[in-house]
Amino acid sequence: MLRRLHADQPATFAFTDANLAWAEGQITKYPEGREASAIIPLLWRAQEQEGWLSKPAIETVADMLGLSYIRALEVATFYFMFQLQPVGKIAHIQVCGTTSCMICGAEDLVAVCRDKIAPEAHALSDDGNFSWEEVECLGACSNAPMAQIGKDYYEDLTADRLGEIIDALARGEVPPPGPQNGRYASEPLGGLTSLKEHDSGKTQYNASAQLAVDLGETVKRIDGSEVPLRMPWQGGANVDAAPATTPVDRNRGASSDRSGEAPGQGAGVTAAAKPAQGSVAPEPGNRPATLTEPEEGGSDDLKRINGIGPKLEQMLNEMGFFHFHQIAAWSPAEVAWVDENLVTFKGRASRDDWVAQAAALADAKT
Amino acid sequence: MLEDKDRIFTNIYGMHDRTLRGAQARGHWDGTAGIIEKGRDWIVDQMKASGLRGRGGAGFPTGLKWSFMPKESDGRPAYLVVNADESEPGTCKDREIMRHDPHTLVEGCLIASFAMNAHACYIYIRGEYIREKEALQAAIDEAYDAGLVGKNAADSGWDFDIYLHHGAGAYICGEETALLESLEGKKGMPRMKPPFPAGAGLYGCPTTVNNVESIAVVPTILRRGPEWFAGFGRPNNAGTKLFAISGRVNHPCVVEEAMSISFEELIETHCGGIRGGWDNLKAVIPGGSSVPCIPGKDMRGAIMDFDYLREQRSGLGTAAVIVMDQSTDIIKAIWRLSKFYKHESCGQCTPCREGTGWMMRVMDRLVTGEAEVEEIDMLLDVTKQVEGHTICALGDAAAWPIQGLIRHFRDEIEDRIKHKRTGRVSAVAAE
Repeated sequence: MLRRLHADQPATFAFTDANLAWAEGQITKYPEGREASAIIPLLWRAQEQEGWLSKPAIETVADMLGLSYIRALEVATFYFMFQLQPVGKIAHIQVCGTTSCMICGAEDLVAVCRDKIAPEAHALSDDGNFSWEEVECLGACSNAPMAQIGKDYYEDLTADRLGEIIDALARGEVPPPGPQNGRYASEPLGGLTSLKEHDSGKTQYNASAQLAVDLGETVKRIDGSEVPLRMPWQGGANVDAAPATTPVDRNRGASSDRSGEAPGQGAGVTAAAKPAQGSVAPEPGNRPATLTEPEEGGSDDLKRINGIGPKLEQMLNEMGFFHFHQIAAWSPAEVAWVDENLVTFKGRASRDDWVAQAAALADAKT
Repeated sequence: MLEDKDRIFTNIYGMHDRTLRGAQARGHWDGTAGIIEKGRDWIVDQMKASGLRGRGGAGFPTGLKWSFMPKESDGRPAYLVVNADESEPGTCKDREIMRHDPHTLVEGCLIASFAMNAHACYIYIRGEYIREKEALQAAIDEAYDAGLVGKNAADSGWDFDIYLHHGAGAYICGEETALLESLEGKKGMPRMKPPFPAGAGLYGCPTTVNNVESIAVVPTILRRGPEWFAGFGRPNNAGTKLFAISGRVNHPCVVEEAMSISFEELIETHCGGIRGGWDNLKAVIPGGSSVPCIPGKDMRGAIMDFDYLREQRSGLGTAAVIVMDQSTDIIKAIWRLSKFYKHESCGQCTPCREGTGWMMRVMDRLVTGEAEVEEIDMLLDVTKQVEGHTICALGDAAAWPIQGLIRHFRDEIEDRIKHKRTGRVSAVAAE
């Protein structure tokens, strides 16, 4: 199936603060240098936030992971859960159509969607509230036929019941997901045939439906504040601090860049392509010298340094770095400062050895 | 029938306490440190002795697979990767483990990782299982809070981190090397083997990929002894197994039963019989979409295990039993699988990328009967050309259901073509 980016793209994308903190946390699951592994979870969170996956969202994620855009685009188009076009404002309905569901009546469910939403899959309903598609096996075959609406599985459906659910969603209600025929989970409908003595302490719903009812975000856009952020692999503690520190980091970097700047200080740095370490004003934290604006002739294309994309370039410009020779002049202590102050890209300056790359590029320029 | 005391997954329907406390009350996380204390070789030997065969479809002996991992690290870390990308049509068993009995899996991950010298384990869950992912993550968080995983996991002296990673709706990522590619942040396209994952897997490091059920049964096997596990099922088909029955039975369900249970007992005991009775049974796909179907008349006495079903030129696969009665259009049912494989082919190998589409388009016409009788043999020939000519087994999996259909239901396909052409059913049927 041909999957392309939608013709009509929004101008920008940004994670909410909580989603950004979540995303940064996810990246720490993978070994250093393997951040690319986080691409599917991050793209998915972008889609959960916006409803579908836009070009700016794909590029933002690529920048966060230091990937070239084509690599991120490959992933976004390869995996079918990524919606590359806008979906219904209220809900996108995914009817499982594979064999088990088909022989239990999935075609009737598709007919309901065609009738109530739009004749064609992926098209929006007239009011823009719903869209639908037939998907391949969703892995709830003993509860066939079923459909995924938002985050949740509605199982053991009939055509009538699916119609009622769509109507309820249109009214702003969210019917409890899970089996719709009175079953609890995947036990035989006629009554338990095994584990009978274990029928005790039963909560109202099975694990999936209980989470859906407790969290209440079946068809909501996710902004990251729904559940507390937990990253137990980082030492077992509840990492509450992460969301708060991230924006602060960004501000700290920006203000120290500007407030600590002595007028004209940058000019001294321009004299040589590789100024001696002494020409850089020693400051607490070993902040490298910065410029308030590019030198005459305009700034260098920092993206030519491997590992720097548009987002990092912008960040460096905001910090006061515009030229290869500036970067080439960083001392190890200054590289450490930059590593620490690259919000969401910590450690990138040393990992990709920007100093050596910049030195080569600066030499080539002169 | 398997007794409840011999069931490993005692909360598979989630009706009991699903928290860590509940799991501990049911006997999980009991003496985990003691098991680890007995050492790597002991664990692998016990697994070999239990006769456990992988529960993800291929049925490869689990203990043997673990023994392929390097005994000593050459400086590279080792990884356990759990394949929770349950996408084989008909299969819905791992979902029940992850949302309702997740601690069996978390504990299994710790023990299995220790046995293969891995300090880190990634669980790759399919993207659509959003609530299952949340439920499993909650169980992992609980285990961290209780010190059962993390540094000095369960007081065993072994440092162990467990990470939950998810996919985004690609069936092919259930293939172990495609899963590793996907976990590395790439398109899920299978790798050539060798090198096998045990030599160079995730991030180029020694890796073992196991199915959820294979890992989740490990702690109970080690606690109760391999003899206990091997006591169920026929030789070479040991143990208990989660069966997922879907389709035209009275009560479809997921249930844990002993291996080598007869099909009739499985259906009568747990599923309330075939809809419309046994005479109404048309065909059964006994192991998920990738295995050929078996006609109903041959199925009633069938034994549900690897070896018996293989002798019937089918397979146990994931033990996902899809039942079709006389009201089912069997040609259309198999056509739907062809459509599935066409949709899910990753496009890497030409025979599969082109062949799956070609097979589906011929199946399109067999469903309506607008075809030539000779095309049946042509289709069969194409399936043989796809089979065995691709990097991974998706090509085989796409070919087998069609081969099974033609092997057992050629008459019906021919009838439909003739009927379309002449407006009459065949002479045999008219008599």
